[in-house]
Amino acid sequence: MSESQTMNMIGALNQALDLYMERETHAVILGEDVGNFGGVFRVTAGLQEKYGVERVMDTPLSEAGIAGMAIGMALGGLEPIAEIQFADFIFPAVDQIVNELAKYRYRSGGQYAPKVVIRAPYGGGIRGGHYHSQSPEVYFAHTPGLRVVFPSNPYMAKGLLLAALECADPVVFFEPKRIYRASRGDVPLEYYTVPLDRAWIVRPGSDATLVAWGSMVPMCLEAAALAEGEGYDVEVIDLASLAPYDAVALERSVSRTGRMLVVHEAPLTCGFGAELAASVQEAVFTKLEAPVRRLGGFDTPFPYTLEHHYMPTADRILFELRELIEY
Amino acid sequence: MSVEPDVPFALLNADGSCEPEHRELIDDADVVRVLETLWLNRVMDQRLLTLQRQGRLGFYMTSTGEEATTIGAAFCLRDDDPIFLTYRELGSLLWRGIPLEMLLNQLIGNGQDITKGRQMPIHFCFREWGVPSISSPVGTQLPHATGFGYAARLRGSGQVALAFLGEGTASQGDFHTALNFAGVFRTPSIFVIRNNGYAISTPESLQTAAESLAVRGRGYGIPGIRIDGNDFLAVINAIGQAVARARAGEGPTLIEALTYRIGAHSTADDPSAYRSADEPERWRALDPLERLTTHARWRGLWSAEDEQACKARCESRIVELVASCEAWPPPPLETMFQDVTRDPSLQLRRQHERYLEYLRSRRGETHEVP
Repeated sequence: MSESQTMNMIGALNQALDLYMERETHAVILGEDVGNFGGVFRVTAGLQEKYGVERVMDTPLSEAGIAGMAIGMALGGLEPIAEIQFADFIFPAVDQIVNELAKYRYRSGGQYAPKVVIRAPYGGGIRGGHYHSQSPEVYFAHTPGLRVVFPSNPYMAKGLLLAALECADPVVFFEPKRIYRASRGDVPLEYYTVPLDRAWIVRPGSDATLVAWGSMVPMCLEAAALAEGEGYDVEVIDLASLAPYDAVALERSVSRTGRMLVVHEAPLTCGFGAELAASVQEAVFTKLEAPVRRLGGFDTPFPYTLEHHYMPTADRILFELRELIEY
Repeated sequence: MSVEPDVPFALLNADGSCEPEHRELIDDADVVRVLETLWLNRVMDQRLLTLQRQGRLGFYMTSTGEEATTIGAAFCLRDDDPIFLTYRELGSLLWRGIPLEMLLNQLIGNGQDITKGRQMPIHFCFREWGVPSISSPVGTQLPHATGFGYAARLRGSGQVALAFLGEGTASQGDFHTALNFAGVFRTPSIFVIRNNGYAISTPESLQTAAESLAVRGRGYGIPGIRIDGNDFLAVINAIGQAVARARAGEGPTLIEALTYRIGAHSTADDPSAYRSADEPERWRALDPLERLTTHARWRGLWSAEDEQACKARCESRIVELVASCEAWPPPPLETMFQDVTRDPSLQLRRQHERYLEYLRSRRGETHEVP
């Protein structure tokens, strides 16, 4: 029986990085304020002290430079772990991530496969306005060659990050900063991984399937608990990986429940819910009892003062669930 | 002209002579090898341009006139030093000794292409020869050279990373981040600007208001050197010194090599729309091939007969290889679905299977599958 400890997501992510840096001497962390300061969210706290300035590097302030340098490091035989301070700041690095990192294995005919993990805290609920709240996952999920991964609690955070670090493909790892500290749970102290390619039923149920990732997973669990009070038995699936996504798990669940609601923070139009709705109805159309529904952020820039109206809440999820189940 | 006063702009005199100490930069045998490589580069440019015009090659980009810089850079490096290329450095690839059929297989995009016919012609990648993948968006390779240099130092491999760019690319953000990061971390990285006067049609005067591109080195705390990029001795002198500094842990160097794009930007370009016909003619007087030939003769090497024989060898070799490389079939369909990630995703597997169902449904029909 391995030892475990109650910790928050920041502690779990820090442990994953620490274990990997210790195991793989070619692993290098780079980003803005990640070294001496330990990161603005403290995810890399103590690591520069332990592994030195050459392996835990404070870089000049340039996301494009961080991504581009990380690719070069990987081509040169290192395993770079880059931090983009906020997912909102990732856009200057998109050319490097989308045109270079994602396509390198393919365009080199498999000769080079740069292994880079890019960590980026994402999402709203911290009163961060337009530029500290966005959920830009679909830009990356739409890019062949990239993996897109979302932890939803401390256990998943540590296991998924270690799996991402081991993965032979480049990974964009989105961390739900809103629940960085709020989400607490038992985490084994040893090295373990959580497989990247699959979705997880975090609450079984029979009346409807709720699908979410990252910070919306605990929100959906809350909604499912409220729904239970109204007599509805709701299944909640943590998608965990958007690229690739576990379509089989969704199809199986929806085949049983006949109903699906996808919940995400990003704007609704062209959000990842659209992809899931389309593929699930195509696969299990005859099992559906109601049209697949989506609940997301509005098609507006992320607001500041009114963000509590913008983000899906347990109560709004319940509102959609009632109509979905009573359809 | 030189920002660093100790690195001369040019070394070759008009009569082909040079100072005795500069003669030592390269021995006689290598002068001949460089000339042979230069001729091969030029013959390939002519032949492949013709093939493109005949519709047998999808696209081509010549490097005629810039070979002193491209061959010179590779000449200064160790075989395991990576060269991050753009699309106009055939000379570097030829100097590395990459088999010509491998180059032609890529240009043709046949099933023997090591990159599986996945990119347009000229976008080479040869890991075994230290050539990472070339991409079309310009400048993206520059921070890679910074990162590779960092990795080389951390791993103690002793490698130096060299990256090429054109003067237009010096306007890109990636140029700034690459040089800034290289300066801060003092990486063993060398950035060589082929300032050939034009970014497609846009002249250098519209890329910068500064007196040169080399002066930018100062802004990043690294040496910036401007040289005559058509003077082979000046090229290997400057790049050779930069490589030695990088290898000794003294950090990166920016080199601006002044040269001229004798041909069009690509086979999709017509320079007569933006420059006068006599401009390339004026530059022919500064042709690196002419100048190195004059130098070789000053050394008592490379007779007119040697030259004719070399040219004829290059011609027959290319003609022969083109014919054999054109005979290969295109890459098999399944390669289109491979190498996206290590293993194909569930989504891609389903798409692949559905496409095969479609193809099977067309079997037996008389018309070709579109």
